[in-house]
Amino acid sequence: MSARRLDGARPRAQAPALPAPERGRVWEVFRRDRAGAPFEHAGSVLAPDAEFAEAWAREQYGRRGESAALWLVPRDAVHVVDDWADEFDLKYRRVDGYSIKARLKEARERAGTAGAR
Amino acid sequence: MNERELLGLADDELIVGWRDSEWTGIAPMLEEDVAFSSIAQNEIGHARALYELLGDDADALAFDRPPAEYRCAPLVQLRLPDWAHTIARRWLYEVADEIRISALRETLPLAAKIDREERYHRMHAEMWHERLAPTSQFRAAVEELWPYALGVLPAGGQREALAARVGRPVVEAVERGTHLDELAALWEEMTMVRRSAPAGAQW
Amino acid sequence: MRDEQAFIEYVQGGGQVEAGDWLPDDYRAKLLKFVEMHANSELMGVLPEREWILRAPTLQRKLALTAKVQDEVGHAQLIYRVAEDLGKPREAMFADLLSGKAKFHNVFHYPTKTWGDVGVIAWLVDAAAIISQKALLRCSYAPYARIMKKICWEESFHILHGRDVILALVTGTPDQFELVQEALNRWWGPLMQFHGNPIPRDEDPMWFWRIKSQGNEEARQQFLDGYVPQILELGLEIPDPKLRRNDDGVWEYTEPDWAELKHVVTGHGPRTADRLAFRARFLEQEQWVRDAVLAA
Repeated sequence: MSARRLDGARPRAQAPALPAPERGRVWEVFRRDRAGAPFEHAGSVLAPDAEFAEAWAREQYGRRGESAALWLVPRDAVHVVDDWADEFDLKYRRVDGYSIKARLKEARERAGTAGAR
Repeated sequence: MNERELLGLADDELIVGWRDSEWTGIAPMLEEDVAFSSIAQNEIGHARALYELLGDDADALAFDRPPAEYRCAPLVQLRLPDWAHTIARRWLYEVADEIRISALRETLPLAAKIDREERYHRMHAEMWHERLAPTSQFRAAVEELWPYALGVLPAGGQREALAARVGRPVVEAVERGTHLDELAALWEEMTMVRRSAPAGAQW
Repeated sequence: MRDEQAFIEYVQGGGQVEAGDWLPDDYRAKLLKFVEMHANSELMGVLPEREWILRAPTLQRKLALTAKVQDEVGHAQLIYRVAEDLGKPREAMFADLLSGKAKFHNVFHYPTKTWGDVGVIAWLVDAAAIISQKALLRCSYAPYARIMKKICWEESFHILHGRDVILALVTGTPDQFELVQEALNRWWGPLMQFHGNPIPRDEDPMWFWRIKSQGNEEARQQFLDGYVPQILELGLEIPDPKLRRNDDGVWEYTEPDWAELKHVVTGHGPRTADRLAFRARFLEQEQWVRDAVLAA
């Protein structure tokens, strides 16, 4: 007997909700400008398999020597995450959750260091 | 490789690059169109580098000889406006080219440089060969071009190596030195703008 | 957000949307038509220049022109992908292009007659195109805006190449100078029509939806501002006696032939039929290749 899922059978993998090509696969292309740079999404190619995707992405995104490396990922292998709950105040986890000016001023006055800087 | 043979290699690269550039804009798939154009440009780049070894003016060697003085193999002279033949030629040419470039690497530094770029041509050719080999169109094209392909290499060990790699027997080749009418037609078009101004004009 | 009014306010406020977002029907339709025409234009634009790849007079020009045209095909690929992700399959777009149902820009319906055309196209037609393309860099549809960045970056070398070709000709023999002047005489009309007839901003759906950030007339004025001085400083003549910049800095010119533009763009240009037939022939001839490659 299987227990009912807590999350009500939410689908496990969600690829981008985009039209699928009639034939072939969409391969997302990520490129890195130079060593040390992050990979950035650059576009996509329509190709039957990884070999063709590579041959084609090489030229489309690298014939000018403009890319140090490419990552090719079939679009249907991408898992999209685009929703978060934002119900309660989470500012304590961020820099903008803190305003120290007033208290710092008071602390300096008490310590006699106000105006010393 | 002597100068005459080097000229043959340069002329091969020039003419096959010219032929391959005819596919710009009309290749079977957009992505392939872009990739194929790079191959054509690379071939012409190789030709230029080889002409520069042979003389002061690469353009003069590339354009200013009459058709009968070109030393290119008949394989590259053929006009092949269909993909099966074009890819069959690409594949046969790359296999032959690898054999002769390997033989050259010890004596010619430029050969090693060319070879490093040709590696990607070979990957591309092999990729297409694998996909199209089961088709009748491709097999027929290879059959037709085989005697021409043999003519890219000198008779003897290199031709035998080619035959072994392609899996076909050595047959009577269409030899280098044969000039097809297609070459004259190509030359006419290739040189028409250049010939429209006096020699030495700038472009 | 599935509220058309909220969407309008969002994009008019500078907001961008992504592939897969909900889009109002009118926005999606207008966007797709615009993108499709752009993709078709890049692809058809290859054909007038392709002939000259085979006739380039030096190895350097051969390589540069081949690379330029390769870029156009690459741009077509980028733009078709945007349209595909908007829901129209590539095969359907090719079918509509070849049947005449979908359009491409006027300049690509005209013949190229000499090496002078090669220079004029790379220098001036590409310049006119870049102005339009820059107006798309902040397109409300983000996937399109992003590819325009790559496209504009690649186009920058095309203009330099074009200008270099022109400069070599205008400093060459008198016959070579004449090649440029003669080509310019033929291309000036289509160039002036290129950006389209002026549309008041409040009647321009491309502005309403923030697909384009610049109107047609603004683009044309920008072209004239940038390129008339460059043309004249080479000693070339522009075949429009009325062309002048008035005291307000606005260019006045002979009214372009809008009837000709409409006639050409609806498929009746001098080379429209045979260029479409040429593409159709190869597309059909190589159908078996796509079948062999794309088979699962």
